[in-house]
Amino acid sequence: MTDTVDHSKRNMLLAATAAAGGVVAAGAGAPFVLSLMPSERAKAAGAPVEVDISTIEPGSMISIEWQGKPVWIVRRTPDMLKELNTHDSELVDPTSSVPQQPEYCNNATRSIKPEYLVVLGVCTHLGCSPTFRPEVSPTDLGANWDGGWFCPCHGSRFDLAARVFKGVPAPTNLIIPPHMYLSDTKLLVGDDKQSPSSVPDRKMSENSPLNGADSKGVAA
Amino acid sequence: MMSLLTKLLGWVDERFPLTSTWKAHVSEYYAPKNFNMWYFFGGLALLVFVIQIVSGIFLTMNYKPDALFAFASVEYIMRDVQWGWLLRYIHSTGASMFFIVIYLHMFRGLIYGSYRKPRELLWIIGMIIYLALMGEAFMGYLLPWGQMSFWGAQVIVNLFSSVPFVGPDLAILIRGDFVVSDITLNRFFALHVVAIPLILVLIIVAHLVALHEVGSNNPDGIEIKKNIGANGHPVDGIPFFPYMVVKDAVAAVAFLIVFAAIIFFGPDMGGYFLEYNNFVPANPMKTPEHIAPVWYFTPYYAILRAVPPLFGSQFPGVVAMGVATVIFFALPWLDRGQVKSIRYRGPIYKAFLAAFVVSFVGLGYLGLMPATELYTWISRVLAVIYFAFFFLMPWYTKIDKCKPEPDRLTSK
Repeated sequence: MTDTVDHSKRNMLLAATAAAGGVVAAGAGAPFVLSLMPSERAKAAGAPVEVDISTIEPGSMISIEWQGKPVWIVRRTPDMLKELNTHDSELVDPTSSVPQQPEYCNNATRSIKPEYLVVLGVCTHLGCSPTFRPEVSPTDLGANWDGGWFCPCHGSRFDLAARVFKGVPAPTNLIIPPHMYLSDTKLLVGDDKQSPSSVPDRKMSENSPLNGADSKGVAA
Repeated sequence: MMSLLTKLLGWVDERFPLTSTWKAHVSEYYAPKNFNMWYFFGGLALLVFVIQIVSGIFLTMNYKPDALFAFASVEYIMRDVQWGWLLRYIHSTGASMFFIVIYLHMFRGLIYGSYRKPRELLWIIGMIIYLALMGEAFMGYLLPWGQMSFWGAQVIVNLFSSVPFVGPDLAILIRGDFVVSDITLNRFFALHVVAIPLILVLIIVAHLVALHEVGSNNPDGIEIKKNIGANGHPVDGIPFFPYMVVKDAVAAVAFLIVFAAIIFFGPDMGGYFLEYNNFVPANPMKTPEHIAPVWYFTPYYAILRAVPPLFGSQFPGVVAMGVATVIFFALPWLDRGQVKSIRYRGPIYKAFLAAFVVSFVGLGYLGLMPATELYTWISRVLAVIYFAFFFLMPWYTKIDKCKPEPDRLTSK
C-alpha cells in the first residue's frame, strides 16, 4: 500500500459509477415518460370509422370524427372535377409530390374514386379546421374561386382536391387519411388493409353506440 | 472549458450564495464519523418523499377526483395507461415504505437521545412532519374510492364528532357534507395533492436547516463540536460530501432493491399495503365485514378501541389516541437522564424502552385484528405500558444508573 492516489483508477471508477447510475436513471425514467404517451383507451379511440356515403348529395360534404379530428367526405360533381386541372399554376404542389396522401391517392383528384374526396379537415398551417366553400366566385373570395376550403384563422385556401394555393400561410396540401371502400356505399376511414369480409363483425364489436357510450363514461 | 465554468460560477456567486450554500450544507457540513446503520433513514425518508412527489404528479395526470369516476380512473391507470400500474404501485408502496423509514428514523432519535438539548426544535419540527405525513396518508387513502377508502374515512372523520359540544359540526365541516361524499373526496384531493405536500416541503427544509444549525447527534450522544480541530472543524467529524453521501448511496441502493421487490412481486403485501376490500368500489350502503386502518395507523387505532366509553361518550378513547400521537412532542422535557445515548443508559431505561417497543408493535398487530374481548384486554395492558414509558420517564431516567460518557467518539 502506498499513500499516493491512483487518479486514473479513481477516474475510471467515477466514470463507471456515473455510467451505471445513468443507465439506472434512464431505465427508471422511461416508464414515467412512456406513461405520457396515448393510453390503450386513447389508442382504441383512434380505431377506424365506417361511413355510409350513399346519402351524400352531389356537390356537398359530410364531416365525420376519426381520432378526434374532422374527416371530410365530399361528393364532387363532374363540373367540380373538370375545374381541378384549370388552376395548376396557382397551386404550391399541384402534383402532390409531398407525401400528404397514401400512395393510392397520389393522382390528379387525390382520391380512390374521383367522385369522392376523403380528407383530414385540419389546416396544415396551425391546425384550424377550414370552412367548406363550394360556391363559384363568391364576393368575399374573389372571381377566381372555383370552390374549395378557406381557413378562417389565417386565410389559407385549398381547392376541391384539398391542394393549397400559393401565397397563403399553409405550406402543404391537406392530408388524405388512409381509407378504403368496403362496398360501393360503405367507406372505412383510418384503415386500408382490411379484407371486406371481416367488416360486419368489426362493426358490431367496436363501433356500436353502446361501447362508445361506455368508454365516454369512463373518460368524462 | 474549465475556466469558462469557473468564470460562470464566479458570476453566479456574486449574485447568489451558490458555493457558500453548497459548502455550508454539503461539502463542509461535518457529520460525526461514527454514524451507524440507524443514520440511513433520514436520507432514505427524503428519497421516498421525492419518489412520492414524482409518482404522485404522474398519477394526478390520469386520476379523476370525482366520486363517479375516481374508482374507474384508478382502474384505468392500472390497465390502460402505459406503465400506469407501475406508477400506482410505486406510489402505494411508497406510502408504506415512508412510514417504515420514518418509524425507524424516530426510533433512532429515541435510542440515541437525539431529541435532547440542543435539538428540541429539530425534534419538534420532525414530529410536525410526522403528523403532516399521517394526514397526507389518510387523505390519500380516500382517493381510490374503494370500500376501505370510504369506510376508513367515515370512521376517522366520525372520531371528530365525539368532541364535546362542537363535534358534530366539526365533522360536517371536515366532510363538507353530512356523509363522506364526492365533496369530501374533492377536498381531500386538493389537500393531498397541493396543500400538504407544500407544507411538507417547507417543514422538511426547516428540519434540515435546524439540523445543520445544531449539528447531527451520534450513537455516543456526545457533542462533536466540543472538540474543534486546527482547521476549525470538529476533530471527530467528516464532511457530508463525499463521505456520507457515498455511504448513503449504498443504503439507497439496498433500499431501492427492497422497494422494487415489493412493487414487482407483492405490491399489496398480503393485504397490508393495499387492503383487499379496497379493490371493491365504495358503497355507502354496505360496510365491509372487517375494517382496519392501514398498518401504520394501527397502534393508535388499537389504543382508541382499548379505551371503553366513559360517561356515555367515545371521546376519552379519542383523547387517548390523540395523546398517544402527540406525546412524542414532550420527549425533550420528559427525559431527565444524564446521558443521551442508550450506550450509556442504565438498565431501567433499557427495560422501559424494550417494553415500549413491545407495546408499540403489539398494539400495531392488535389494531389489525378484530376486537375480541381477549384482544381488547391485551390492548389495554399494552396501552398502559405505552403511556407509562412517557409519563414515568421523568422519574425513571433520573434514578437510572448511567455509565460515564466518553470524551471522544468511540468509533472503531
